[in-house]
Amino acid sequence: MCKSKEDNELRPEPFEILDINPQTDKEYIFRVKCDKEVKPGQFFQISLPKIGEAPISVSGIGDDYLEFTIRKVGKLTNETFDLKEGDDLFLRGPYGNHFPLEKFEGSDIVVVAGGTGVCAVNSLLEHFYDNFEKMGDVYFLTGFRNQECILYENALEKYDDKFTDTVYTLDNEKIQGFETGFVTECISHVPFDKLEDYHVVIVGPPPMMEAAFNNCAAQNVNEKNIWVSLERKMSCGIGKCGHCKIGDKYVCVDGPVFNYPEVKNLID
Amino acid sequence: MSFKVNYEKMDQIFNELKKDYKVYAPVRLKGQGRYSDTDVTRYKEIDSVSEIVYDEKSDFSPKEVIHPITQTLFYFTEHQFRESEVDDKELLIFARPCDINGFKRMDKIFLENGDFSDKYYKRMRDKVNFALMECQEGGWDSCFCVSMGSNETDDYSLGFRFNEDNLKIEVKDNDFLNFFENESEIDFSPEFVEENNTKVNIPEIDSEEILQQVYDLDMWEEYNDRCESCGACTASCVTCSCFTTRDVTYTENGKAGERRRNWASCLHEDFTEMAGGHSFRETPAERMRFRTLHKIYDYKERFGEDHMCVGCGRCTDACNELISFSSTINKLSEAVQNLKA
Repeated sequence: MCKSKEDNELRPEPFEILDINPQTDKEYIFRVKCDKEVKPGQFFQISLPKIGEAPISVSGIGDDYLEFTIRKVGKLTNETFDLKEGDDLFLRGPYGNHFPLEKFEGSDIVVVAGGTGVCAVNSLLEHFYDNFEKMGDVYFLTGFRNQECILYENALEKYDDKFTDTVYTLDNEKIQGFETGFVTECISHVPFDKLEDYHVVIVGPPPMMEAAFNNCAAQNVNEKNIWVSLERKMSCGIGKCGHCKIGDKYVCVDGPVFNYPEVKNLID
Repeated sequence: MSFKVNYEKMDQIFNELKKDYKVYAPVRLKGQGRYSDTDVTRYKEIDSVSEIVYDEKSDFSPKEVIHPITQTLFYFTEHQFRESEVDDKELLIFARPCDINGFKRMDKIFLENGDFSDKYYKRMRDKVNFALMECQEGGWDSCFCVSMGSNETDDYSLGFRFNEDNLKIEVKDNDFLNFFENESEIDFSPEFVEENNTKVNIPEIDSEEILQQVYDLDMWEEYNDRCESCGACTASCVTCSCFTTRDVTYTENGKAGERRRNWASCLHEDFTEMAGGHSFRETPAERMRFRTLHKIYDYKERFGEDHMCVGCGRCTDACNELISFSSTINKLSEAVQNLKA
């Protein structure tokens, strides 16, 4: 029997927006005042009363704040873009599991993120950045469609300064600091033959993830060392509504972070 | 202890019961069926035992008593969330053995899956007492409860046999004994269906390899032509519990409204559609495969013990395209046997 919370788990609480940081026309980082204990990989159900709710992964974790990078693609997110600093965003969570930080500690790490997938791993990257001395080598590969789609430009610079190696790509454009092509093609640049105890984190749109798995296989990456974060439709976030079920897994409660062998054979 | 009472006496008992209980049972709703001049049998609160349709299988299951088609979670005024309320009375629900077993399947999802139990389900479920209704011999045409092992239950407070001019009632829950104080005892306990006309063989999907091949079977393609993605099957199912949450506003200025939970169906096109438009199961065949495997494979893989489907056969009765779920299961079983041959 699971916990029967005295209060109602579906009741959201208001949190003050401290800062809104536009990244692109369609993606803003919302920082809210919140001191809940959250681990990289977890998500919240974000809502506005009378508009609706949506699951959004935590993209930044501070002592007294959380960040959500929200893409303007739906009813709720459209309305969220009209909010100002000082307004409230309604949250419930954190939900889901998180990246296995204890397992990652001391290991070499390869993070491959495509497009907005970088939002789901940014808090993990921040963790590696802040605890770099406890980590082995850290490789970070991320790609965006074009210049207008680049997210976390400042963070990318910061990661490039500290991490062992970074590769940033744009699908078709050529600009300083970015290679041209798909990020998944750059997996071949990672010196896997020199890494022993390592973990690979892959997050992005389904076709990008598929290409990344194939390229990892070509590099003889052990599947057990691959971790993914899945994105699915959710309407409750706590294992009841059924929308995120794949096979016998519920992404909201069993994930969103999975060890690749657990999900590689799952078909939606 | 068991008793025999006539209908008039039962109504007197109902009047007493109603002080503490809301009584729900399948009733006939005249002219509200799918086609013109047809009726529908579904669950409503009743005042008299004569309202109960006992000699037919209800079109809708009793799940809607505690997990209604639409329910308000919160009321909003400005930025205040006020939780919806429910009646304090206990519930007495007239149900078949398969349906009572179906509630146990819903319990797994709402009370056990994940870290939190669902308050809206639990606050109703905690009040439920079942009044078991015996089925006719063999059940009805589309029933396959015996194959699913859900033809029997001991989870009931009262067990009813409906005769034309009297009722035989087993009182299993002592809380109800006082209602039958002056009645003389008889020897009676309800009987369960022991064999259905319709039987299913559950496919033995016992390896990852077979499961992968099951996903790719040609048999699913047929449903691209036949399934209309209407969701009548999931609406009538006693174990389908999926829902979507939506906010609605009452007024033009949008300052007052509700957060509501509405039934959702995995057969609907938008069931997996995320903001931005990406969908994970785009064809009726994929959605039918998903539903079938959930009912007779995934659920048991996750929770052990039983399959999700209780064999009530309502999905078969409800389908406009005459898709029989028992035939689907048997077809899959045969296909799996062929894969293994």
